[in-house]
Amino acid sequence: MSNVLIVCETTPEGALRKASLPAVTFGKQTAEKAGGKLILLVLGSGVGAAAAEAQKLAPKTIVIEHDGLKNAIAETYAPIIVRVAKENDVSVIGATATAFGKDILPRAAALLEAGMVSDVIGVVGPKTFRRPMLAGNALCVVEGLTPVVVASVRQTEFPAAEAGAPGELSKGDAGALDGKGASFVRAETTKSARPDLAEARVVVSGGRGMKEGKNFGVLETLTDLLGGAMGASRAATDAGMVPSDLQVGQTGKVVAPELYIAVAISGAIQHLAGMKGSKTIVAINKDGEAPIFQVADYGLVGTWESTIPALIEEVKKLKAAQS
Amino acid sequence: MKILVTVKRVPDPEQKVKFKGTSVDVSAANWVINAFDEYAIEAALRLNENAATGEKLGETIALSIGPKDVSQQLRSALAMGADRAILVGGADEELDSFAVARIVKAVVEREKPDLLLMGKLATDGEASQVPQLCAALLDWPQATFAAQITANAEGLEVKREVDTGIEVKQVKLPAVVSVDLRIISPTAVVNGKTPATHAYQEGPRYASLKGIMAAKKKEIKEISLADLGVKAAPVTKLVSAEPPAGRKAGVKVKDVAELVSKLKNEAKVL
Ligand SMILES: Cc1cc2nc3c(=O)[nH]c(=O)nc-3n(C[C@H](O)[C@H](O)[C@H](O)COP(=O)(O)OP(=O)(O)OC[C@H]3O[C@@H](n4cnc5c(N)ncnc54)[C@H](O)[C@@H]3O)c2cc1C
Ligand SMILES: Nc1ncnc2c1ncn2[C@@H]1O[C@H](COP(=O)(O)O)[C@@H](O)[C@H]1O
Repeated sequence: MSNVLIVCETTPEGALRKASLPAVTFGKQTAEKAGGKLILLVLGSGVGAAAAEAQKLAPKTIVIEHDGLKNAIAETYAPIIVRVAKENDVSVIGATATAFGKDILPRAAALLEAGMVSDVIGVVGPKTFRRPMLAGNALCVVEGLTPVVVASVRQTEFPAAEAGAPGELSKGDAGALDGKGASFVRAETTKSARPDLAEARVVVSGGRGMKEGKNFGVLETLTDLLGGAMGASRAATDAGMVPSDLQVGQTGKVVAPELYIAVAISGAIQHLAGMKGSKTIVAINKDGEAPIFQVADYGLVGTWESTIPALIEEVKKLKAAQS
Repeated sequence: MKILVTVKRVPDPEQKVKFKGTSVDVSAANWVINAFDEYAIEAALRLNENAATGEKLGETIALSIGPKDVSQQLRSALAMGADRAILVGGADEELDSFAVARIVKAVVEREKPDLLLMGKLATDGEASQVPQLCAALLDWPQATFAAQITANAEGLEVKREVDTGIEVKQVKLPAVVSVDLRIISPTAVVNGKTPATHAYQEGPRYASLKGIMAAKKKEIKEISLADLGVKAAPVTKLVSAEPPAGRKAGVKVKDVAELVSKLKNEAKVL
C-alpha cells in the first residue's frame, strides 16, 4: 500500500487541464517518499486526448470513460476514485485544489474514512504535508493517520509536470453510476483569451478604487501589453465590476506570478492570502498608508487615473525598444 | 423547510496570529462567527421566510460543535432569526474535520432536516471539507460553493462558483449545500414565496434589538458526545505551526518612470 493516485481534471473538450500538472508533480514527490508508483486517473467522456497526455506523465494511467461521466459531479466521481484506489494499493490520493478537487476529494475521503489534508504546499513525508492556515498566517505540518490519506494540492506551489516517455495505459470500468439525487444542469463559463489566472506570469488586479467596471479598461490594456491575466479584489467582484472568477484571495484564486500589480486595492488579509507568494509585487494606491504597501516590493502612491495611462506608455516604449 | 445550519467560532481574522512554541496560540483570541457561517444563516433565513409578508416558511436550527463558549456565537445566530440552537460540547483541538462531520451526521439523524446548510470554509483551519464529508456520510447529494440557491419543485437549483465561472447543479432534498461569498448578494436566494422583485440588502442581516431580546428566550440545547453516541478517532494530526517568512519591506518609488526602471533593471520582470 504505497502507490499514489492523482485524479486529473479535463477540459470540456476532453484535454488534460493544465491545472492538474502541479498535482502530478506532487504525486511524483509523494510516491518517491512512499516508495510506491505514481498512477494517474482520467475520468470523463471523450477524454482520449487527456488520457494520451497523462500517459506521458506517469508510469501508469487509468482512464475510465462513460457518457454519464461527461460532467464531473462529486456523487458519481468520488465512488469511482475510491474503488480505483482500493484496487491499486494506493496510500495517497491527490488532485489540484481547484473547484473540482475541493468538491470531490473530501467526498472520496469520507467514503474511505481517510484523513484529508487540504491545500498542500509541500511534501514532508509519505503522509505528512505542509499547508497554510489562517489566511496564510500560519504554516503547518499535518500528518494523515489513516491507511489512505487524501490531499488537495495548491497549484502555485508545485511546478507543472513535464511529459516524458509514455507509461502504461489501462482502461477501467465506470460501473453503475448513482447521482444520489444530484445532476449537472449547465456551465456558464466566462470566456477569456487571456492566460489562466493561476498560471499567468503577470497578474494585474483592480480593487474598489477602480469605481466602475468600465474603468477596468485601462487595466485590461496594461494586462494585455504584459501578456498577463486580470485579477480583482472581492470588493470589485462583489460590486459587479468584473466577473467573480477573477477574485484573488483566500476565497478566490491563489496566484503566484513573477509580477503582481495591485491597483486601488487596500490589501486586506483575505486578499493578501491569495497573492503574497508572488515574486515581485507592485502596489499602486492613492493612500500611502494602505496595508498593501507592507507587502509590496515597489509602491507607487497615486491614483490609477494619474498613473496607469503613463505606465502603459512607458511599457509600450520599453517593448518597442526590446523588439 | 427545516434547515440545520452549522456555525463555527473562529479567531477574528483581523487579529494578528500569535504562536506559542510550535503551535498557534489562541488564548487571547477574540472569537467570532466564521463569516461563511453567518452567510449560511442569512441564506437559511431567506429560504425560510416570505420577505414581503414576514410569514415564516420553516424552521431554522443553528448547530455548533465546540467548547461551551460557542453559545455566544449561537446567541448571535438566534438574534439574527434562527429559531433554536444545538451545542455539542468538544474541545477545539480534539475536533478534526472528520470528527465534526460524524457529529453533524448524528445531529442530522436526530433532527431530520430537509437541508444541511453550511459555510464553504472555516477561515481558521481553511479545510473546506466538512460539508462534503457530511454529504458522503449521510449519502446525500451535495452542492458546494453556492452563490445562488433557487427552490423548485424537485429540490434546489444551485449556482456554484467554480474556476471558470458558474456551474448549475440540481439537488433533491435532503441535501447538503455549502455557501460562498456571493450568497449574500441581494437576489441570491429565491424561495418561490418572496416576490421575485424583492431585493435584499447586501450582506448578512444585523440582529435587531427585538431579535436580541427574543434570542435570550430561545433554546440552546446542549448535547454531549456521549449522548450522541459518537466516537471519533482523529484521522489527521497537526504536527506543528509556525509563522511564514515575512516579505522584505519594499520601497516607494517617486513616479512611473522610476517604477518601470526598477521593474526592468532590478526585478528584471519587464
Ligand atoms: C470571509 C471573507 C472572505 C474574503 N475573501 C476575499 C478574497 O478572497 N479576496 C479579496 O480580495 N477579498 C476578500 N475579502 C474581502 C476583504 O476583507 C476586503 O474587504 C477586500 O479585499 C477589499 O477590497 P479592496 O481592497 O478592493 O477595497 P477597499 O478595501 O475599499 O480598498 C480600496 C482601495 O482603493 C484605494 N483607492 C481609491 N480610489 C483610488 C484611486 N482613484 N486610485 C488609486 N487608489 C484608489 C483606496 O485608497 C483603498 O486602499 C473577504 C472577506 C471576508 C469576510
Ligand atoms: N466545529 C464546528 N462546528 C460547527 N460547524 C462546523 C465546525 N467545523 C466546521 N463546521 C462547518 O463546516 C464548514 C466548513 O468548515 P471546514 O471544512 O473546516 O473548512 C464551516 O463553514 C462550518 O459550517
